[in-house]
Amino acid sequence: MSSLLKLTAAEARLFVRDPTSLVIGLLLPTVILVGLGAVPILREPSADMGGVRFVDYFAPSVIVMSVAVIGLTTLPAVMAGYRERGVLRRMRTTPAHPAKLLVAQLIVNVAAALASALLVVVAGRLAYGVPLPQNPLGFALAFVLGITAVFAIGMLVAAVAGTARAASGISTVLFMSVMFFGGVYLPRFMLPDAVARVGDYVPPGVQTLLDSWNGESPDPVQLLAMAAIAVAAGAASARIFKWE
Amino acid sequence: MAIIEVEDLVKHYGEQRAANGVSFTVDEGEIFGILGPNGAGKTTTVECVEGLRTRDAGRVSVMGLDPARDVKELRQVLGIQLQESRLPDRMRVGEALDLYRSFYRSPADPGRLIESLGLGAKRKTPFGKLSGGQQQRLSIALALIGNPRVAVLDELTTGLDPQARRDTWDLIEQVRDSGVTIVLVTHFMDEAERLCDRLAVIDAGKVVAVDTPAGLTARVSAEQRVRFRPSADFPDALLLDLPEVAAVERNGSQVVVAGSGNLLQAVASVLARSHIVAADLRVEQVSLDDAFVALTGKPVES
Repeated sequence: MSSLLKLTAAEARLFVRDPTSLVIGLLLPTVILVGLGAVPILREPSADMGGVRFVDYFAPSVIVMSVAVIGLTTLPAVMAGYRERGVLRRMRTTPAHPAKLLVAQLIVNVAAALASALLVVVAGRLAYGVPLPQNPLGFALAFVLGITAVFAIGMLVAAVAGTARAASGISTVLFMSVMFFGGVYLPRFMLPDAVARVGDYVPPGVQTLLDSWNGESPDPVQLLAMAAIAVAAGAASARIFKWE
Repeated sequence: MAIIEVEDLVKHYGEQRAANGVSFTVDEGEIFGILGPNGAGKTTTVECVEGLRTRDAGRVSVMGLDPARDVKELRQVLGIQLQESRLPDRMRVGEALDLYRSFYRSPADPGRLIESLGLGAKRKTPFGKLSGGQQQRLSIALALIGNPRVAVLDELTTGLDPQARRDTWDLIEQVRDSGVTIVLVTHFMDEAERLCDRLAVIDAGKVVAVDTPAGLTARVSAEQRVRFRPSADFPDALLLDLPEVAAVERNGSQVVVAGSGNLLQAVASVLARSHIVAADLRVEQVSLDDAFVALTGKPVES
């Protein structure tokens, strides 16, 4: 147990020392939300968004970004880099299984995604009065399932990518898709209806975040879809993960 | 006393047999070298001993443990230094040792280890900022942090400059003197000759010889050569009459005498009796390199 604690502490130190993961993963989503909110018209209620302000409507998409950057870019790149550099192989020569390193990485990155999302919620609230999630329980459930699904997909990339370069190639495609369907590039009301409907089922499930944020119940089918993706991708990555 | 026993080890990849009946034993407290050309099966053999690969047939015992079955226990007592295994660039020397230390039941004192490896001043330096030699020393430190009784070191000095190589060799001798049995995989002859008490030469998945470095060279040929520049001319017969001398060649002003036994003594006394001074006198013996080529039919360098 103490070796897992040590590993987690070591991985957390490395995360904090890496300016890219720190700035892009932890701060960028909040910076984007705060930057957009600085434009006065985006703080006016709009009929396009059912009478809410753009900043309110867009906040869940920024959370998608928090989760996607860390789960789909940072995590697979670090794990593939560890495979490429022989860090996993070196772990195999010790009494600690490299799976412990993976668990430590997951703990650190999930914590970072949580911190990043929390920062978005708090900054939105303080800067522009974006209401806190109105259905906190539903929001927590949607967030947990969404983040699990995204991280499971990130793990699947980490399971097979032989080099950090290969990992970032695969993750970039996935990342762009998640961001697109999550309404980060174009607000979702501007997307064709069919695309937006597909987006409901693309992790981390932006609609479930939006609904629960607005105080509604997240759609159970969408939540189930996230759980199914999480289980399928997680099981597949556990089966095929290459430990060296 | 044998601390590692390998008997008829077989490992194949598909049709290809990387290890095809490898047998040797390593005695406690020695530096045992595994020498062979690239692709000879050195690394495969060692990985089966380390429990990083599962053998197809044969028997392996390390301190009475079977690497295929008792891998958990083996990890506690066997230190492994891998070829080309790095650390995250931003991890510091002290942090790495502290982390890897936590994996073992009764680890070594990291402070003393760091000092004995000459990394005392580098405790706070990140891995990425270390020189190649320092990274290699840290890698050795990590292989020793668990206080192992046996350490397997693979291609230890590849990529190091000559000074760093010599420092590393001194270090390995210190480690052995502290009671650790060392298995050294190498393709450098000078390294094997300098460090190893005994060597196994592996070729095409088989052990072709196990002996001391001197024993291996003697096995191949007992021939020696003496070279010198004589102060005055003399007939070849003067030396050819000696029983130790097999041949005399002249190379400009230089004379090369080939023979065996106490060749130098015999040649020097005949020359002295004839009042000839031998300048630039040199004795050449068969090197481990020559022995290796004779045993495997190919040079060891990749």
